[in-house]
Amino acid sequence: MIKKFDKKDEEAGSGSNPFQHLEKSAVLQEARIFNETPINPRRCLHILTKIIYLLNQGEHFGTTEATEAFFAMTRLFQSNDQTLRRMCYLTIKEMANISEDVIIVTSSLTKDMTGKEDVYRGPAIRALCRITDTTMLQAIERYMKQAIVDKVPSVSSSALVSSLHMVKMSYDVVKRWVNEAQEAASSDNIMVQYHALGLLYHLRKNDRLAVTKMLNKFTKSGLKSPFAYCMLIRIASKLLEETEGGHDSPLFDFIESCLRNKHEMVVYEAASAIVHMPNCTARELAPAVSVLQLFCSSPKAALRYAAVRTLNKVAMKHPSAVTACNLDLENLITDSNRSIATLAITTLLKTGSESSVDRLMKQISSFVSEISDEFKVVVVQAISALCQKYPRKHSVMMNFLSNMLRDDGGFEYKRAIVDCIISIIEENPESKETGLAHLCEFIEDCEHTVLATKILHLLGKEGPRTPSPSKYIRFIFNRVVLESEAVRAAAVSALAKFGAQNDDLLPSVLVLMQRCMMDSDDEVRDRATFYMNVLQQKQKALNAAYIFNGLSVSIPGLEKSLHQYTLEPSEKPFDMKTVPLATAPITEQKTELAPVATSKAPEKLAPSRQDIYQEQLSTIPEFQGLGPLFKSSEPVQLTEAETEYVVRCIKHTFAGHMVFQFDCTNTLNDQLLQRVLVQMEPSESYEVVHHIPAPSLPYNQPGSCYTLVRLPDDDPTAVSCTFSCTMKYLVRDCDPNTGEPDDDGYDDEYVLEDLEVTVADHIQKVLKPNFGAAWEEVGADFEKEETFALASVRTLEEAVNNIISFLGMQPCERSDKVPENKNSHILFLAGVFRGGYDVLVRARLALADGVTMQVTVRSADENVVDVILASVG
Amino acid sequence: MDTLILEPSLYTVKAVLIMDNDGERLYAKYYDDTYPTVKEQKAFEKNIFNKTHRTDSEIALLEGLTVVYKSNIDLYFYVIGSSHENELMLMSVLNCLFDSLSQMLRKNVEKRALLENMEGLFLAVDEIVDGGVILESDPQQVVHRVALRGDDVPLTEQTVTQVLQSAKEQIKWSLLR
Repeated sequence: MIKKFDKKDEEAGSGSNPFQHLEKSAVLQEARIFNETPINPRRCLHILTKIIYLLNQGEHFGTTEATEAFFAMTRLFQSNDQTLRRMCYLTIKEMANISEDVIIVTSSLTKDMTGKEDVYRGPAIRALCRITDTTMLQAIERYMKQAIVDKVPSVSSSALVSSLHMVKMSYDVVKRWVNEAQEAASSDNIMVQYHALGLLYHLRKNDRLAVTKMLNKFTKSGLKSPFAYCMLIRIASKLLEETEGGHDSPLFDFIESCLRNKHEMVVYEAASAIVHMPNCTARELAPAVSVLQLFCSSPKAALRYAAVRTLNKVAMKHPSAVTACNLDLENLITDSNRSIATLAITTLLKTGSESSVDRLMKQISSFVSEISDEFKVVVVQAISALCQKYPRKHSVMMNFLSNMLRDDGGFEYKRAIVDCIISIIEENPESKETGLAHLCEFIEDCEHTVLATKILHLLGKEGPRTPSPSKYIRFIFNRVVLESEAVRAAAVSALAKFGAQNDDLLPSVLVLMQRCMMDSDDEVRDRATFYMNVLQQKQKALNAAYIFNGLSVSIPGLEKSLHQYTLEPSEKPFDMKTVPLATAPITEQKTELAPVATSKAPEKLAPSRQDIYQEQLSTIPEFQGLGPLFKSSEPVQLTEAETEYVVRCIKHTFAGHMVFQFDCTNTLNDQLLQRVLVQMEPSESYEVVHHIPAPSLPYNQPGSCYTLVRLPDDDPTAVSCTFSCTMKYLVRDCDPNTGEPDDDGYDDEYVLEDLEVTVADHIQKVLKPNFGAAWEEVGADFEKEETFALASVRTLEEAVNNIISFLGMQPCERSDKVPENKNSHILFLAGVFRGGYDVLVRARLALADGVTMQVTVRSADENVVDVILASVG
Repeated sequence: MDTLILEPSLYTVKAVLIMDNDGERLYAKYYDDTYPTVKEQKAFEKNIFNKTHRTDSEIALLEGLTVVYKSNIDLYFYVIGSSHENELMLMSVLNCLFDSLSQMLRKNVEKRALLENMEGLFLAVDEIVDGGVILESDPQQVVHRVALRGDDVPLTEQTVTQVLQSAKEQIKWSLLR
């Protein structure tokens, strides 16, 4: 092969990069020779290569210089050098977004795409489609259609793939090429077949019937391309999921038959599709698992990796189905690819017996330092799952985790370990002390502020209630001395909790607080001063309100209320009760155990759902003056799923009113609904004040209408009510294709299901981290107690779940988890009643022939206590 | 995540990368917005290189993406796809790229030879993947379509030194054979 570069490059010595010290301006200067006649293809080619190389390195080209170079480049179309022409196409594609007026080359490209040189035609089509827009696409439509069915595979493929890219932009134009694509799908060339199938699917994916037909056709006739088979399997499994087709459907048979395909790629795709299907039985999984088992001993690393990763997924749901592969997995533990080894071990951890745990853990620790962080996280998650399965093994795990904690690792990895240790502590009370000790040791040398504050918070919560709280103080105070502001502040809060809980530690804590008041940071000093003063009062109620349980309001809400307060100067002190409450976090989410990496984007503090509603409602003039939004319920469906109109209702509770938000969707494409409102007939003394209709409801665009209801003032115990609802509207028939409505319409109505308002709509969940302290804080002034027999309930869990969902209150102290094999249980619930009164419920449950329940309610308001007891009864 | 079924799509490849043995980018093509800025791309490349250049194990999971890779002398080839993607499909892209280059460079797959044939590389990748869609997986076809003709430039267009150089090269090759 001939050296194409200047002599200078040649002498630069082997291994050096002739492109290394390219200067953008120098290259653009050189590009002037594009204008010389005759064209020197060799030199021009070299310069184009340099330009593309620079673009590739991420060099930024300004619009003017790019446009200049681009226009000079267009002259090179006069040369007939093949490679040069091909590089021109590449330059066009690379510059399509940075240069202006790229459409200037349209005619040259159109000429090449229809010309005689097959080598040009494919790339020319792809370059042309890159610079084309919808209007120009129509001009070249005829050529595209011809190209799709061209007998040269590269031309046909190029046209199909380019069409696919264009679907996003000009669906309506590309849609007209379905017949050509259909013809291309029966091509002999495997890539053409694949691309045609892909394009056909993208054009038809919203039409389930057409997809079904297409699948039937191709599954019967068979395909040549393994890629096309993979695509077909994905389409089939998606269709199966959407139609909730049983596993006796012909589609499932098709996927299963692909397990016997001669291409490994197809076999793996089919196995993976079966494994990922929801609710697959062990029998249906068996053939997929056995092909994956075969792949485990493949010489190709990628195949082993794919197989063991998929088996790992199976093991999460059906550990027993994978036990047959245990032997093969054991062999993979020593695989040179550490990813494979890790996946094998974590799979074995899920399928293996309790006795093999120790051995496997030893195996992992031998190479844990060699694997990437992503897989370390996978290992930690496997351990976390294992701890739930075999609680007795927690001491082995804890040791292992603490060793991992000492090793180097990124934030995600450390966080996974800390989360895992915390969950072990929560599940096994007996492991609490060792766990806390490991975490204390970890924060002694921890560079991640988030983790340090998290652990300090945990120490503050759990530490004071351990047998010897004093030993944690040293670790916490070290943080005050050594760390950054955020950590110091967290440490001060944790210290305060020790002082509040343990009277004998209080003097020493006060001394330490005194020192913290000398801190250089404002926040730390403020906290210390505040806690110091609260602690010196030595009052249980104060401790509970300001140290243990903190504020339960929504932070964005508080910010807004305070801002509002400062805008309108008044004599009245700021009232905390006007601030909307924070919606209690939905019970902890089980961590996903899939070995995919955790999301990259850091979690942003998104405004809560309720804050969004508050925002939306406050823009409607009729709803101003209702005060802060107290609670928004989960949506309630008021229609069946497959009806003409789909309506769901969200109940918004305010201090003295309720707003019902009806989200309506019109699923008829030949109707336009206008002035839509929902008429509500209350069963109790609730008063409907106002209807706000949705002005218009076109096909498939959701709209909302609202109804405002006043709650009865005179009878505070009337908390439940049933509304019968009717949707009223004006119908205008319209053309399903154009959406053009007729001039006149007619009134119509549609009966919805009844809507219930229950006691839960008046109570907001609030988490009290220290229930005992809160219980003392509210005091026994309005305490009432009553005993009920729940005859229909058979187990304690069922009873607990029923009470929680009925009252809509937040379970505290993890009391929603009933320990196994116990006959009695105490449930602690906390919430805030409409109007801002704290409500606490203690329910003692005893199991004997049905469940007996003794309910004690405390609140600052007597009515609230009555309401709760009345509604339970 | 367990029940997630892939949206059937032809968009398979997220990126194709080639680096040298210092982890410097020789070629990089990203087909979607996973790493929108050059800075993020370089950080990702650095991470990949650090995790892979010491081991010869062909496949890894990094930053939530499946990376298949291959190294030869002083070159590292990477093909990157979603972690839900069929690993064997990505592998077929990698193999096709490597085999095509190997043919074009006459089995001489190393940094120097590659840099001297950058335009060949550009054209080859363009024939293998188009906007993230696998365009061709058969190296024969790719080489055929790239159709790099180095040797048949008319003699009149060459300078004397070039002719001499090419004669030298040809003699060298015939001796080596």
